[in-house]
Amino acid sequence: MSAPAAAVRELRKSYGRVEAVCGLSFEIAPAECFGLLGPNGAGKTTTVEILEGLLRPGSGEVEVLGRRWGSDDHEIRQRIGVCLQQTVLSEKLEVGETVALFRSLYRDGRPPEEVIEEVGLAEKRRARVGALSGGQKQRLAVACALVGDPELLFLDEPTTGLDPQSRRQVWDIVGALKSRGRTVVLTTHYMDEAEKLCDRVAVVDHGRTIAEGTPRELIRRLGGDHVLEVTLEDGASPPRPEAFADLPSVRSARSEASHLVLTVGEPHLAIPALLERLRQGGVSPASLGTRHASLEDVFVSLTGRHLRDG
Amino acid sequence: MGDRARWRAFLALSHARLREYYREPEVLFWGFAFPLLLSAALALAFRDRPSDPSRVIVLEGPGAERVAAALAKSTLVRVEVASEDAAARALGMGRADVVVVPAAEGNGAAGVEYRFDPSRPEAGVARARADDALQRAAGRSDPLPSRDVPVREPGGRYVDFLVPGLIGMNLMSGGMWGVGFVLVDMRIRRLLKRLLATPMRPADFLAAQMTTRVAFTAVEVGFLLAFARLALGVPVRGRLASVLAVALLGALCFAGLGLLVACRAQKIETVSGLMNVVMLPMFVGSGVFFSVERFPEAVQPVLRALPLTALNDALRAVILEGAGLAGQAPRLALLAVWGGVSFVLGLRLFRWF
Repeated sequence: MSAPAAAVRELRKSYGRVEAVCGLSFEIAPAECFGLLGPNGAGKTTTVEILEGLLRPGSGEVEVLGRRWGSDDHEIRQRIGVCLQQTVLSEKLEVGETVALFRSLYRDGRPPEEVIEEVGLAEKRRARVGALSGGQKQRLAVACALVGDPELLFLDEPTTGLDPQSRRQVWDIVGALKSRGRTVVLTTHYMDEAEKLCDRVAVVDHGRTIAEGTPRELIRRLGGDHVLEVTLEDGASPPRPEAFADLPSVRSARSEASHLVLTVGEPHLAIPALLERLRQGGVSPASLGTRHASLEDVFVSLTGRHLRDG
Repeated sequence: MGDRARWRAFLALSHARLREYYREPEVLFWGFAFPLLLSAALALAFRDRPSDPSRVIVLEGPGAERVAAALAKSTLVRVEVASEDAAARALGMGRADVVVVPAAEGNGAAGVEYRFDPSRPEAGVARARADDALQRAAGRSDPLPSRDVPVREPGGRYVDFLVPGLIGMNLMSGGMWGVGFVLVDMRIRRLLKRLLATPMRPADFLAAQMTTRVAFTAVEVGFLLAFARLALGVPVRGRLASVLAVALLGALCFAGLGLLVACRAQKIETVSGLMNVVMLPMFVGSGVFFSVERFPEAVQPVLRALPLTALNDALRAVILEGAGLAGQAPRLALLAVWGGVSFVLGLRLFRWF
């Protein structure tokens, strides 16, 4: 790997007695899209804001574009773009004026019209910010982060609270950015977002990295690409998952409410054996489904919790 | 970053701020319409007219008719005959200025007694007028011939006193709200944090905020002054440039105070409360509506040290008396110190999020 676009080593940060980040380390390669994935309160935003130079680390090393905060602040800020979790831009300004204002703060950058076009707001160029929808405002925030032509772009929860169509539009913008060879750091608690956009993710929980790799690697580490979900009929006593762990091709088993969830390598081997085992036990399934394993399953298997549970 | 780039950023920030200003209808109301309406309303309430006749009550009883008739000859008093009870009530409520009691026939000559509150200036005037009319009716002849020549001095009316005070007040609330409120609002919206993540220089940003406030102030003051001159006939005796210079220094001073008040507040309620704590004493004590001299001697040095007092005094001196800037140096220095110290302190303590 060439010199990393950004790196943190043994990063720690506390707020009073609460430790938000406890010993985080990772490196971000140039031109990759790196995702910090975790539930709310996992320390993602704190980590990103330390990388952005807005917060000071408690301890540990932080390097951004080969430079350090505290000595090269201005130079780093010229070369990064930032989209905070929530920013309410001035409602009285027009879209074009807002992007032009941010352009004027950078030494080098891209023409505002070009960036506005890229985020799909060309028709809204003369509209007041206050008149935009939530999705349009978010794309405008991304445009403000892009107009300085950053080598490294930080997007903190860029699609939280957006409707599906707006989410897809933001994803397209990030996709276009990746194809132009820019480095993107993105935090999210949406699995599908991380799987779709990120080349590599670090799964963060309680301020620690609990897994790191490409989405495919992490899923493969579960031992199976497929997930079997069995729902039992009402009133049936919940099955003990251990009773199914020895079935052919089953890598792991767990129960969730009245579900039985099995991670399997080859569903065509596991399903007949599973049904046979259930029949022997005298219970019949109300439904049985298979799906591809996701990062959600990775998170659940690592923490026993769902991401959205927080 | 080169100076050119910094200038570009500064100008863009200032321009954006100006746009926000004039797209905000409330700003136009508080900056222009409100002081205009206030000065017009106060000018109306305290307009100068030939002084009202004094309200004199003659107590019912023997001799009342004769005394009332004698008083009625004077154009300076309005006479009414009333019972003891009604007269006492009218005096207590301020509906009568003086009560004339025709004295009993006791010691031969028909004398009178005046009942009035000597602490009320208009009561003293009423007593003198009534006495004058009665003495003349009783046959007094004045040994010294005299003649009245009415003179009206522009600049001495209440509205003339008021307008510079209103300009000062407007500079204060405009500067404090225009900078303080806006900064806290931007902090709440995380816009300050977002801007901090750009290569923008923090000092450039704050300077842009203050500059736009001051530029706006120049327009507001010019407008108010023109209205006062043309519609209310308030004289502007000093040089316009001097008036503007005093106003700009005042605006800068209060923009600095606004920055200080807003430097750490995380809520609009907090900054509003702080603003009121800072501004209310000056609304009352800095000679906006009435002269600082009305306050007891002991508190005068404190009131004189307030920035709005210095600003109002300097504005009055320049506008009404035609004073030059040099003579106002101590007041201007006081403003500069208040503004400078607030700005530096505010910058030191400033929180971006």
